[in-house]
Amino acid sequence: MMVTARSSVWVPHAVLVTGLVLVLFPVYVAFVGSTLTASEILDAPMSLVPGSHLIENFARALGSGTVKTSGEPVAAMLLNSLVMALVIAAGKILISLPSAYAVVFFRFPLRRLCFWAIFVTLMLPVEVRIIPTYKIAADLSLIDSYGGLTLPLVASATATLLFRQFFLTIPDELVEAAKIDGAGPWRFLIDTVIPLSRTNIAALFVILFIYGWNQYLWPLLVTNSPSMTTIVIGIRQMIGNGDTQTEWQIVMATTLLAVLPPVLVVILMQRWFVKGLVEAEK
Amino acid sequence: MERRVVFSGWLFPVLLLLPQLAVTVVFFFWPAAQAILQSVRREDAFGLSTRFVAAENFTAVLGDPFYLASAEITVLFSIAVAGLALASGLLFAVMADRVVRGAAIYKTVLLLPYAVAPAIAGVLWLFLFNPSIGIVAVALRRLGIDWNYLLDALEASAIDGASPRRRFWTIVFPLLAPTSFFLLVVNIVYAFFDTFGIIHNVTQGGPAKATEILVYKVWYDGMVGLDLGSSAAQSVILMAIVIGLTAIQFRFIERRVHYA
Repeated sequence: MMVTARSSVWVPHAVLVTGLVLVLFPVYVAFVGSTLTASEILDAPMSLVPGSHLIENFARALGSGTVKTSGEPVAAMLLNSLVMALVIAAGKILISLPSAYAVVFFRFPLRRLCFWAIFVTLMLPVEVRIIPTYKIAADLSLIDSYGGLTLPLVASATATLLFRQFFLTIPDELVEAAKIDGAGPWRFLIDTVIPLSRTNIAALFVILFIYGWNQYLWPLLVTNSPSMTTIVIGIRQMIGNGDTQTEWQIVMATTLLAVLPPVLVVILMQRWFVKGLVEAEK
Repeated sequence: MERRVVFSGWLFPVLLLLPQLAVTVVFFFWPAAQAILQSVRREDAFGLSTRFVAAENFTAVLGDPFYLASAEITVLFSIAVAGLALASGLLFAVMADRVVRGAAIYKTVLLLPYAVAPAIAGVLWLFLFNPSIGIVAVALRRLGIDWNYLLDALEASAIDGASPRRRFWTIVFPLLAPTSFFLLVVNIVYAFFDTFGIIHNVTQGGPAKATEILVYKVWYDGMVGLDLGSSAAQSVILMAIVIGLTAIQFRFIERRVHYA
């Protein structure tokens, strides 16, 4: 019995610590890499003790990037990614909350058709319509613009579905009470539905911010100019096959900068994120 | 499911729907229709004229050994990604549920990979396994670690504690089964599409097309090879696959809504 009791505590911790190491070790090596000089990092095996060039490497990454990215500063890439992630997250919430409200709280002709039209877009991720979507973006002169980075990704069946599922759980009594008070659909939306949806909005924001920040294929297609590069694409260009040596210490500093914002969003909003997911499941 | 009490009027809800419908038509339906149109046409070498070729692009794609190889790789890759992700996720979830001390830290750290783009994770592993400077690659080469020994040790520790194990299979797993099925479909879709970044970053479909998944091939044939007809036909085939997967998922969600 003693053995079972002891091992039943020991085994989970061992498994979880293994998980922790798998997650944190690559990040730690990246951190150490970002504190070394170019020659230190190439002297295999590199040290696992941080060096003294942290500030220098981050300053160079933020200020002037690498030779391979033609000196495009990572600070500018971070800004592009931030704008893209914020516009996609906010845009998706702003267009899908009203549309879910419309299909749930009204009866009008073609309502079901509208809902299905939105729903089937779940089946059309950007990856299956790459070339034609690119053509449309080109026709609308959206190449190399924030509009091009964000607009085609702003429609979201997922967010609409989540809001719809939640709106269906709002008690009829609340709607009746609003009607008795003489409140129209607009007041009900602003005064009752949006405040009740706060948790869902927060959870969706986390999911959508990360979705936007981590986009790869679409930014790769729709941006050509270095000044519009997002950080996830920028890192790719830093290690791309070229004649010049990859500057790993700058790449690692950039990698850390690239994961920091989405990681912070998850950590700071973990409570709402998990709560929103659990509620969305219902 | 429908609401009993609703508001009247049609103009207001239509206005509320308009932005989403507009974006959906311009960036979803229009390009999807273009892809279907393009898939039954072929352009001449100069891009001056196009002609209707019916299913020719499809028969060409489906008869292309490279395409079939790519499809096989995609299936294997998706099953491997979804299987590993679900198995490790389930293992960590069950273990995190059993500990009291440090549970919050474990959960937070194990949630973090969610925030990291596959492309970036690829760069981190590229650095660790870089043949000349990668710290793991160098260590493995120098030490010649015996992986079998390591796996044996893990297995032994896993067999330990049989009763929590039985409890898991008889009580916890049946409860998790519906969620697991849902996650399986989501993960397969994820492996199909969201892994483009890691492939483009780490292997570029190589060596010798060994990691060329379907989405990578659509992109490569269309944007690099400029074979629009073939790329469009591949897009349409992908659409059919996603529609199938989504239908499975939707049936499942509806069932849950009804019986929940």
